[in-house]
Amino acid sequence: MSHSTNHIASTAITPESIAQSLASSSDLPDVAVATYALGLGDDALVLAQRLGEWIARAPELEEDVALGNIGLDQLGHARSFLTYAGSAFGKTEDELAYFRDEPEFLNHQLFEQPNGDFAQTIAKQMIASVYFVALYRGLAASNDAMLAAIAAKAAKEVDYHLDHCVQWVKRLGLGTAESNRRMQRGLEVMWAFADELFRSDAPTDSLVALGIAVSPSSLRPAFDALVPPLIVASGLTVPVTTFTRGGGRAGLHSESLGPLLAEMQVLARAHPGASW
Amino acid sequence: MNTTTDVTTDARADARAAQIADEAGERRFNELLASESRVEPSDWMPEGYRKTLIRQISQHGHSEIIGMQPESNWIARAPSLKRKAILMAKVQDEAGHGLYLYSAAQTLGVDRETMFDQLITGKAKYSSIFNYTTPTWADMGSIGWLVDGAAICNQVPLCRVSYGPYGRAMVRICKEESFHQRQGFEILLELMRGTDAQKEMAQESVNRWYAPALMMFGPPDEDSPNSKQSMAWNIKRFSNDDLRQRFVDMLVPQAEILGVTLPDAALRWNEERGHYDFGDLDWSEFHEVLAGRGPANTIRVSRRREAHENGAWVREAARAYADAQAESRRGLVA
Amino acid sequence: MTSPGDSGMRETWPLWEVFVRASRGLSHVHAGSLHAPDEIMAVRNARDLYTRRAEGVSVWVVRAAAITASDPDAKDSFFESPQGKEYRHATYYTESDAVPHL
Repeated sequence: MSHSTNHIASTAITPESIAQSLASSSDLPDVAVATYALGLGDDALVLAQRLGEWIARAPELEEDVALGNIGLDQLGHARSFLTYAGSAFGKTEDELAYFRDEPEFLNHQLFEQPNGDFAQTIAKQMIASVYFVALYRGLAASNDAMLAAIAAKAAKEVDYHLDHCVQWVKRLGLGTAESNRRMQRGLEVMWAFADELFRSDAPTDSLVALGIAVSPSSLRPAFDALVPPLIVASGLTVPVTTFTRGGGRAGLHSESLGPLLAEMQVLARAHPGASW
Repeated sequence: MNTTTDVTTDARADARAAQIADEAGERRFNELLASESRVEPSDWMPEGYRKTLIRQISQHGHSEIIGMQPESNWIARAPSLKRKAILMAKVQDEAGHGLYLYSAAQTLGVDRETMFDQLITGKAKYSSIFNYTTPTWADMGSIGWLVDGAAICNQVPLCRVSYGPYGRAMVRICKEESFHQRQGFEILLELMRGTDAQKEMAQESVNRWYAPALMMFGPPDEDSPNSKQSMAWNIKRFSNDDLRQRFVDMLVPQAEILGVTLPDAALRWNEERGHYDFGDLDWSEFHEVLAGRGPANTIRVSRRREAHENGAWVREAARAYADAQAESRRGLVA
Repeated sequence: MTSPGDSGMRETWPLWEVFVRASRGLSHVHAGSLHAPDEIMAVRNARDLYTRRAEGVSVWVVRAAAITASDPDAKDSFFESPQGKEYRHATYYTESDAVPHL
């Protein structure tokens, strides 16, 4: 079976290869690009952290493996974006992940929301995946070569994540009365955090003008074209848009990020400067 | 016409035919074992062989599934993102391994739902090692180095086990496991190269896991009554004590590279035997933990039960959806 | 005779057999089994389970219940005929062993 693994031949972009190429490069991102990358990295990191909570708790062994794959993809995206962002500040991915406090995290609030039951997680993943698919497809054409390279790999991976979630929304929506009720509730809980993903902010807008960032509001039509029809076709009701404050990109968070970070960072912070 | 007599005669003839088939089957089964060939699901096999295999494979599967917990406990707190990714991939592998093994057991006529039920009702046994807790990060290193190391010693010979589906599952598992032991060793190596607190964490963890890992090979040969039959059936290839010795012999030089001390005062090279001597193990502890009185038995089983029960509505929803889709396809055809 | 392990309708999700093509030009080979509610999820579960180390470029899934196997009780008569017909193999023709390009 020696032919059955070709990972050695793989030339896929990895956090390690990014760090290596940046170490010998004089072309490091400026603070604006790095801050943009930081927000993207935090989105993926916080989502991966939540997905990791599912392992050994999924509804069936096959789903343990599936959610693990999605979590590992997200963690990979996080590490790549954080490595790139950190190069502007002289920090490693781990220094950024473990030694920043809550107000310094720039993720959208959707990603930090607790998993809830499987339906609530699927609702969150579905909203997240639609956003990521549109975002990374756009970002793959960025004028910033590193962002474009990271996004090009990520775009293929989140395509699969979206497909996985679409399958589950259909099954839970049209499955049993209980699954329909839970899926509807999951959507209600997560819907409030969808709008924030598509709000523009001044720092991002200035990068959009340079052809580096993707305009968040430009992603909204893709969401509107896909999500409400899917919800209706799955025997569910599109939740009423509610007002949310948002502000994740400015370091404002819901009640859920603090405990998540406290757990994630506890060991690393107990041994500052240690290597693992 | 006496119907009763006819039925009796028929039954006798059937029983005779079955007996002849059994005898032919048994001859064939013994030939397969003698020639180191493989037994496949549709072959005749003795009931004892089938039962022993079901027990062994399902316990092995349960161990993989329960074994996810002591490590998934640390995914959220892994101290670097690289370690987090490695640990997630490893625990995910264990779900896969449990699944491969349950599939192998299922070819013998016991399905996954039945095995899950036995596990969450506490009827089934699994490797007692997973009833120990993992209070420190170094335990991720010790589990990889010592626990997976011992498991690999046990598992590599099982790739040649006489039952085909079990052997095939083990080939896949061993291939995937090869990174598990190495990543554990490297966790400990990093700790031993680190600060005093990290070194202390590593040594303390190795102190706790060494003896339980040695006990993973099972009781001493003289107290292992089923081993002989299992060896004859080629579903156990080496004795418990042989494997344990092999493991200790590998461990000592690895511990030297790490710079950790193995907590065994009797550990020394025996020139005459060409092996390391090691101290007696506390088998009363082994039997206590195996009997469900270990530090985490109840936690492990109830956590598995919780996951299974919380997932029931999801599994049922997907089934209902599949049934409805199949129904509407039939409707279209008709 | 269906695939070993099929539990019919007893389990909530049925058993599927998975076949993986390791790379272009090769056949799909049986890799293992899994449980899934339907074929759409089965092929995705197969991807997640059996190709996460880049083991494949294509997967097939088939309901275990849909497999027809040869009758195990008729093994001898089923597979006896080819025995003794070595003339079907090139190695039978020893006279031409030394002839080039033959």
